[in-house]
Amino acid sequence: MAVDKSGLVFKPMDQFVVKPLFGGDHVGLFTVTNVTFWMALAVVAVVAMMVLGTRRRAIVPSRGQSVAELAYGFIYKMVEDVAGKDAVKFFPYVMTLFMFIVMANFLGLLPMSFTTTSQFAVTVVLALMVFVTVTVVGFVKNGTAFLGLFWVTSAPLALRPVLAIIELISYFVRPVSHSIRLAGNLMAGHAVVKVFAGFAAIAAVSPISVVAITAMLGLETLVAFIQAYVFTILTCVYLKDALHPSH
Amino acid sequence: MATDITKVSSHNAEAAASAPGMPQLDFSNWGNQIFWLLITLVVIYLVLSRIALPRIAAVLAERQGTITNDIAAAEELKAKAVEAEDAYNKALAEARAEAQRIVAEAKAEIQADLDAATEKADAEISAKAAESEKAISEIRAGALESIKDVANDTAVALVAALGTQAKEADVTKAVATRMKG
Repeated sequence: MAVDKSGLVFKPMDQFVVKPLFGGDHVGLFTVTNVTFWMALAVVAVVAMMVLGTRRRAIVPSRGQSVAELAYGFIYKMVEDVAGKDAVKFFPYVMTLFMFIVMANFLGLLPMSFTTTSQFAVTVVLALMVFVTVTVVGFVKNGTAFLGLFWVTSAPLALRPVLAIIELISYFVRPVSHSIRLAGNLMAGHAVVKVFAGFAAIAAVSPISVVAITAMLGLETLVAFIQAYVFTILTCVYLKDALHPSH
Repeated sequence: MATDITKVSSHNAEAAASAPGMPQLDFSNWGNQIFWLLITLVVIYLVLSRIALPRIAAVLAERQGTITNDIAAAEELKAKAVEAEDAYNKALAEARAEAQRIVAEAKAEIQADLDAATEKADAEISAKAAESEKAISEIRAGALESIKDVANDTAVALVAALGTQAKEADVTKAVATRMKG
């Protein structure tokens, strides 16, 4: 897109374009695209880690099994600690979100890959699923008492209507921040890597460029895990609101 | 590459134009992405909830059970060891008491034997002494008798030397009187 006189080519956003995998240029509802391919790889990665890794069911675990058990224990404890013991029945759901996001994020670190979690279409759906689940569970579990979430009884009575409006707005902003945080973080990091890669075309700065890309990828590795963690723990926090709406 | 994209997504062109640099905001492919995302999530959910999570939960429970069992077994073995030590100490004490009893018994037996032997020896000694005494008194009596005989004979011989015939009975009587006096 941006080709200037010096011959530098910056196309940091091209990596986010959804393309049909087998030629053609129309992306219909069921078209197999790069999104399909990288999501399928995420599924393969999840199966490899959680199913193949544990196939021996060893009492003394192998390395692969240890990783799967670690992931299990990590999310299980998170659900239990943050959302409470009665949220444990949502554990497979939370685990699904975490495993998909963490695998998609790490697959996105591969060169030439497509990061599905940098797509707003993906993160918005993930966040809306959490939002709808939390809202439905909240009303099913607590009935109208769930509205107590917006009525801060610890505040002075005069302040409560104002707080209720603020709480209501913040409640509906949740899925927005929840989804944009994940996609935005990944998109920004990947775009920055591509910009540094563009500078590598100039021989004089290419060593700096390569070092910068390496450093960014290190940072991105951290971000890939942390964003999956943040998304999951926020899901648990929202679930806690649904199960125990009192402040 | 830029021409590639316009070729690939002529369909996306107007969206790309409206949101330059943000392919994510091309809403024309959201349906496709959401379709594949839902399939992916359902597959991951089924794999996790049907296979992976129950399996890991079972392994963790089994491991916990094994650890608990091992600890219980260790406790049991420890209790057994303490028991064995107690039994050992008890047996040792019993053996010691038995040994002391045997020693005392042996001592008593030896003492009894010794006493019996001493008594026997004493009896023998006193018997011997009595015998000896008897022999001595016999000898002494014999000597007195002999002296009497000798005195008689001597007296008879003396009387005969003096030229007097004396009755032997008288001499004996006289000697006996003399000897008494």
